[in-house]
Amino acid sequence: MIQYLTNNHEIVWQALQEHLYLALLPILFGFAISLPLGYLAVRFSWLYHPLINTFGVLYSIPSLALFVFLPVILGTKVLSPVNVVVALTVYTVALLARTVADGLRSVDPVVVQAATAMGYRRTRRLIDVELPIALPVVLAGLRVATVSNISLVSVGSLIGIGGLGQLFTRGFQLFYLEPILVGIILSVVLAAIADLIIVLVQRAVTPWTRAA
Amino acid sequence: MNFSYLTDPAHWDPSNPGSIPNLILSHLGYTALALLIGAVIALPVGLYIGHTGKGSFIAINAGNAGRSLPTLGLLMLMVTLLGLGLLPVLIALTVLVIPPILTSAYAGMRNLDHRVVDAARGMGMRPWQVLTRVELPMALPIMLSGFRNAALQVVATATVAAAVGLGGLGRLLIDGLAVNDYSRVLAGAIVVAALAVLVDLFLALIQRLIVSPGLKGS
Repeated sequence: MIQYLTNNHEIVWQALQEHLYLALLPILFGFAISLPLGYLAVRFSWLYHPLINTFGVLYSIPSLALFVFLPVILGTKVLSPVNVVVALTVYTVALLARTVADGLRSVDPVVVQAATAMGYRRTRRLIDVELPIALPVVLAGLRVATVSNISLVSVGSLIGIGGLGQLFTRGFQLFYLEPILVGIILSVVLAAIADLIIVLVQRAVTPWTRAA
Repeated sequence: MNFSYLTDPAHWDPSNPGSIPNLILSHLGYTALALLIGAVIALPVGLYIGHTGKGSFIAINAGNAGRSLPTLGLLMLMVTLLGLGLLPVLIALTVLVIPPILTSAYAGMRNLDHRVVDAARGMGMRPWQVLTRVELPMALPIMLSGFRNAALQVVATATVAAAVGLGGLGRLLIDGLAVNDYSRVLAGAIVVAALAVLVDLFLALIQRLIVSPGLKGS
């Protein structure tokens, strides 16, 4: 395996970079979309169940089906990485919008009342009080979304998109174990590192959760 | 959008081995086998860890570790090691379903109200009775939600079986893509998504039937 790595480090390095970018871009987009969506689902409670159910169905669409089907809807090329980014963004939103809503709903109403009594208006109260309290729940959802995105990107290799999945299909076609093993290990390590970073960020930004 | 593949009666003829009903059957076959093997392995382990509290670390981290393992890579690794066939597909899919089943069995047992368990003991129930009549029925809703999660994932992921030459609904996606037949790809995507929803509804119905009425609404 070491020999495979030394001989092919350029291919592996490029696959790793593509993988990272294809997995993390959707997380950024998905997070940016989920925050307002989750907030709306809490602010207008009649939206909550329709939204959750829609995302439940979206989440059940297989990634392979979404990858090959998006070009038909978006008019993109089959080989375009945009398909993978959009598909994974859909999954991220499906997962995170619910977590954001659940996190905001878990905020103790007494705390919200206290903040209102202290003169917080809706927007400031949301940013200064409710979101920070919801953050542990939201970040737990972000961990799930990040880890599953990193492992899902590899399915894109079936439709010729880059990333570590390329190592799987290459090894499979040549009946050659090393690239597959390298791909799996790198993918798992990448997910573990991303997960660890989120945990560390959470510890840094929510110091009060450690007091309990 | 072109629905012609989906609506062509010839593609629904059960006597044709590549027809949609047969692909659905093989797809459900992989799904059910993987869920069954996964449950046989993961349920006892999860229940044991949840009951005794020993090895909680494993149960808590199994979920995340399992999610991070790319199923496609595992599948191709298994095929490279074992050759083509049903076994590598089953191994890859079983590895996929074990974490959610294990974690939810653990969580179900951990979240029991200890007063109820104590009350059962106080009433003179033996450990086996406490387990089968109190702990298991009360843990059932959480355990089943984990099982439904696993089922949803495996129905969606069983499509990759087609990438290593097996059947299942992934055939429509892979073959359709190979010959640029988007109508077939669309048919595959729709049928898999519908199947996932139906399987989930079916399991929800079972959940409604077997969860004790005393636990509902809580």
